[in-house]
Amino acid sequence: MYAVALTGVLALVVTVSAGVGPVSIPAVEVAQVILNAVRLPVGVEFTGGGSGLLRVPSVEILTHAPFGFAVDDTHTAIVRTVRLPRILLAAFVGVALAAAGTVMQGFFRNPMADPSIVGVSSGAATGAVASIVLPFALPFGIGLQLAAFLGGIVAGFAVYLIATRDGRTPTATLLLVGVAIQTLLSAVVSAMILFSGDSMRRVVFWLMGHLKNAGWGDVAAAAVVVPPLVVALAAYARDLNVLLLGEVDASALGVDVERSKRALLAISSVLTGAAVAVAGVIGFVGLIVPHGVRLLVGPDHRVLLPTSALAGGSFLVAADTVARAGTIELPVGIVTAAAGAPFFLYLLRTREVYEL
Amino acid sequence: MTSVLDATDLRVRLGGESVLGGVSLSVERGEFVGLVGPNGAGKTTLLHTLNGTRLPDAGAVRVDGEPVGGQSSREVARQVATVPQETTLSFSFSVADVVEMGRTPYVSRFGTTTPADHEAVERAMTAAEVAEFADRSVQTLSGGERQRVLLARALAQETETLLLDEPTASLDINHQVRTLELVADAVADGRAVVAAIHDLDLAARYCDRLLLLADGGIRAAGEPGSVLASDALQTAFGVPTELSEDPTTGTPRVTAVTDRGSTPSEDGPAPDAE
Repeated sequence: MYAVALTGVLALVVTVSAGVGPVSIPAVEVAQVILNAVRLPVGVEFTGGGSGLLRVPSVEILTHAPFGFAVDDTHTAIVRTVRLPRILLAAFVGVALAAAGTVMQGFFRNPMADPSIVGVSSGAATGAVASIVLPFALPFGIGLQLAAFLGGIVAGFAVYLIATRDGRTPTATLLLVGVAIQTLLSAVVSAMILFSGDSMRRVVFWLMGHLKNAGWGDVAAAAVVVPPLVVALAAYARDLNVLLLGEVDASALGVDVERSKRALLAISSVLTGAAVAVAGVIGFVGLIVPHGVRLLVGPDHRVLLPTSALAGGSFLVAADTVARAGTIELPVGIVTAAAGAPFFLYLLRTREVYEL
Repeated sequence: MTSVLDATDLRVRLGGESVLGGVSLSVERGEFVGLVGPNGAGKTTLLHTLNGTRLPDAGAVRVDGEPVGGQSSREVARQVATVPQETTLSFSFSVADVVEMGRTPYVSRFGTTTPADHEAVERAMTAAEVAEFADRSVQTLSGGERQRVLLARALAQETETLLLDEPTASLDINHQVRTLELVADAVADGRAVVAAIHDLDLAARYCDRLLLLADGGIRAAGEPGSVLASDALQTAFGVPTELSEDPTTGTPRVTAVTDRGSTPSEDGPAPDAE
């Protein structure tokens, strides 16, 4: 029920957000633009395929949005080539970070856990900054995004390997190794910034998190990576619930503890790495959204994970809208922190808060 | 052969120290076996080895003749359920949610719970007398209620073997007796039960058989009266004891004797910390 409502909220936020910018476009018109776009592939299929049972829904969409609303061409172009890719990317990144954050908080049974806790974000930052700062091009034509993604995965994997002994990975050890690796990598990043010279501004902007210059290519990549991985995490929601009761208990209840931990860690790391690669280090979404949603829907991850993911998408779209609405564009990381922290404090004060 | 749980020559070392030095036991259906012994005797370790969460360095545990070591934790969890001494219930799960977690070994990763699962949960909650507060958060429960919720969770696993680690340790006498009565009901249903119980009088009152565990080995085994009367008991606890008959229940009662006079065994060793 929450999930349905939040899907509606996400759709609404996306629509409203696409109207905000230097050229203001009413939400209704945005919806028309989007619906016009929805019609396109359907129309091609319809004319090519003729009639048939399976085509019936397509015909219905056509009648609901018949031959496009009369929309200004400029507005259509703005919405479709400039704003929508950015907004959809924000939604995917928000979904990824909130889902990964939810899993990490449950996994570590620690309210301070967020997606960056096992060093993935730091690793991604190191990779990205290296690709900007280093005077030579990285081998194999690795670009900034791939460098960031690989950096994140390598860092996460290194943390896991260091924390694992005899096939067991105690979460406390993992947490501490993650903190140590984060510290080490932030030293590396600081050193690189010091010697970055002319590209320093670009580095700092990237580190603060941004969704500028998002294109449909990024959206397509995110669409391939994020939804399947969130579904994969959802498949482990029951295990995660049982793990909250402790690992010995979980094992006695039939959960293959080490295997589930590996899967949860790997999937959330890839999600985080992908999100950071396309959008930089956006803090707070993965920390605050899961907390806020948990206060509302409770600790059951079968409910919490999907709702938190959808709320994360809406939150980041809204935050990015604020970030780009002003005369000077802010890095979205600043907005998420500035808006998220007070809202979170409000929730803490008004709701009865249990552990985690 | 009717024994459902068999352990042969279990040896476990923890951090270089031998905790279990060759423990063998077998439990039959409908039998309530009490595990008694001083703190640090290895009772909890033995239970963890029996339910497969800890692999022994040597020896084997068999459930229904099948070695536990060769099975997935999911398969084992359909045969052996455990009521832990303490569990982290600091999350606002409802009682029904926690009991439903007992169905974990039956629910597939991508599936959801079936009507059969819900029936099992209902039965378990009724049997453990927690059905009336099924919707309450586990955080609002008293110690005795929480213990029954954990018992319900284990019953929902619908296993033939039930292991309990100090189920009465932190309960008042009313809840101690009430919890053990529920366990005795589970035994009457044909389950094989092994429970670590530090209260010797309660163990003698409810168990069919006692195993005295001390220094990683079984020092005495058999009828409660014979185990409690044995010299091994005095050696294991390091205190002279006297055996009498409880006038109300007619079951054996152990009294520790000290220089200052006698103290009842309830004031004896505190439960194993874990």
